[in-house]
Amino acid sequence: MPNTASVLDLISVTKRFVAPDGVSQLTAIEQVTMNVRAGEFVAVVGPSGCGKSTILNLVSGLDRASEGRIVLNGAPVTGPNPSVGFMLQKDLLLPWRTIVSNVEFGLEARGLSAAERRERALRELKRCRLDDFANSYPYQLSGGMRQRAALARTLAIEPAIVLLDEPFSALDAQTKMILQKSFAQTIASEGITTVLITHDLLEAATMSDRILVMSERPGRIIDEIIVDLPDRDNPMARMHQPKVKQYVDRLMATLHLEEKVA
Amino acid sequence: MSAPEASSALGLRLPATEPTAQPAVPTIPWYTRHAVTLGSLAFGVAFLLTWQLLPPALGVPSYIIPTVSDLIAEAGRMAARERLIYHFASTFFIGSIGFIVGSLLGAAIGYVLGMSTLLEKILSPYLLGLQIAPKVAFAPLFIMWLGYNAWPKLIVTILVVFFPILVNVLQSMKTVDRDMINLARAYSMSRMQIFWKIEVPASMPALMAGLRIGATLAVIGVTVGELVGGNTGLGYLITFGEGQANTAMVFNAIILLTIIGIVLYGVVAFIEARVLHYIPRAIR
Ligand SMILES: Nc1ncnc2c1ncn2[C@@H]1O[C@H](COP(=O)(O)OP(=O)(O)OP(=O)(O)O)[C@@H](O)[C@H]1O
Ligand SMILES: [Mg+2]
Repeated sequence: MPNTASVLDLISVTKRFVAPDGVSQLTAIEQVTMNVRAGEFVAVVGPSGCGKSTILNLVSGLDRASEGRIVLNGAPVTGPNPSVGFMLQKDLLLPWRTIVSNVEFGLEARGLSAAERRERALRELKRCRLDDFANSYPYQLSGGMRQRAALARTLAIEPAIVLLDEPFSALDAQTKMILQKSFAQTIASEGITTVLITHDLLEAATMSDRILVMSERPGRIIDEIIVDLPDRDNPMARMHQPKVKQYVDRLMATLHLEEKVA
Repeated sequence: MSAPEASSALGLRLPATEPTAQPAVPTIPWYTRHAVTLGSLAFGVAFLLTWQLLPPALGVPSYIIPTVSDLIAEAGRMAARERLIYHFASTFFIGSIGFIVGSLLGAAIGYVLGMSTLLEKILSPYLLGLQIAPKVAFAPLFIMWLGYNAWPKLIVTILVVFFPILVNVLQSMKTVDRDMINLARAYSMSRMQIFWKIEVPASMPALMAGLRIGATLAVIGVTVGELVGGNTGLGYLITFGEGQANTAMVFNAIILLTIIGIVLYGVVAFIEARVLHYIPRAIR
């Protein structure tokens, strides 16, 4: 069970961008308040363009909030910081590096010796069951393996929290299910605090402890669902639970999916 | 690549398959495997034969189109009497130095401008102008300023090589994946670390493409420099041969210039194959 220590807090966070016309402002997210406790797995769902990736950019310190505060492990986020690991739909592996040296990449801005880096990278690859491919180049791996390598790189920095922005959405349906399970196992066994941004409502229900639902832009949190299911480390097992369908139905209702026309 | 293929796409271990008898790989006869090479060779031989036999058969005099054997004979005479080796070495040397210096300068300034958006914006109209200007036309100016020596040729060569490389490097710096840079920033990397670890390697394909163009332009640059002034180099031999109505000499000089270009290009291709080894062949 997740303990109660808060790892991440967003307090009334608003982010505005300059609109495409260059003059007016576009509010991406408005008054977002959320918190993630240690060891918790929180999913964030919402319509396209509601500001999910914006939240990720703010938490990772790549961008600054217009209003509100973001607190990570008790300290305000003022810029990129080593306790956040993030992963996108694109694996962002450097094509000119081998897998092991890609995993080392995140450690290179730290005062570690080359030997220590290599050791940690290999350990991480082992955990993600990619140790046989340490010396392969990214093009020699399948899409699913590349995402696992990206997860290994993300975990190698030993982040306090991992932000996943639609990490499975570029994969085919079967690879996706296998990878969800693989990620869920790794995350559960290490007790990693995770935020998963996703479009896939079933993925949200089968992988997380809690689901936050966002509104259309400007994005706000409009619902919170506690996922009360066993087997968080095995999304495939959860899929058979009747309750999952209830959660998905509730998400569809909250997002008004059935009233929408393309 | 045998280890990666032993597992499924997801890295799940497959049950080891019994080492059954391999189906015999049909042996491809040597003449099929080398069909392309043989075809090229055959074409080359046919071309040389036609060159040797056709003009005399049509009654074209050898001072208009010298035959292949005329060219070989003239090459021997040039080596003995016209210091051919010396002229060849001079062109080769200036072309290579110009190519190397022009590449280094072009790449260096490309990277500097790529790092500084402001500088790039300020300078880009002038760069565009200079890029369009026919650089070889500057050759007479350099001769007037610097005299009949190696410098004008070298500077023209540097100038023609410089721009395509600068433009390629700059363009690639501007199109590096933003998410890749954000990833490095999230890992607290400094501007210089991002430059060396992401931008420089990401620009390698474009730099190599620029070098390929530069290798061919270097020969043009040095030739124009030699045509315009001085008494050294294959370009000079062309004007000299022209003055004597010695077509064989002109042909020979052109052939040797082409060989210099091929050597420079070959060196670039050799380096490229090593630098870009991580790009799968089908895509390259
Ligand atoms: N750097 C930026 N400059 C201007 N506008 C931006 C910028 N980044 C995001 N936006 C705008 O903010 C809004 C939210 O974008 P964001 O990428 O966070 O959406 P999202 O919820 O992740 O969408 P999707 O589900 O499609 O990935 C969008 O309208 C987008 O156009
Ligand atoms: Mg997004």
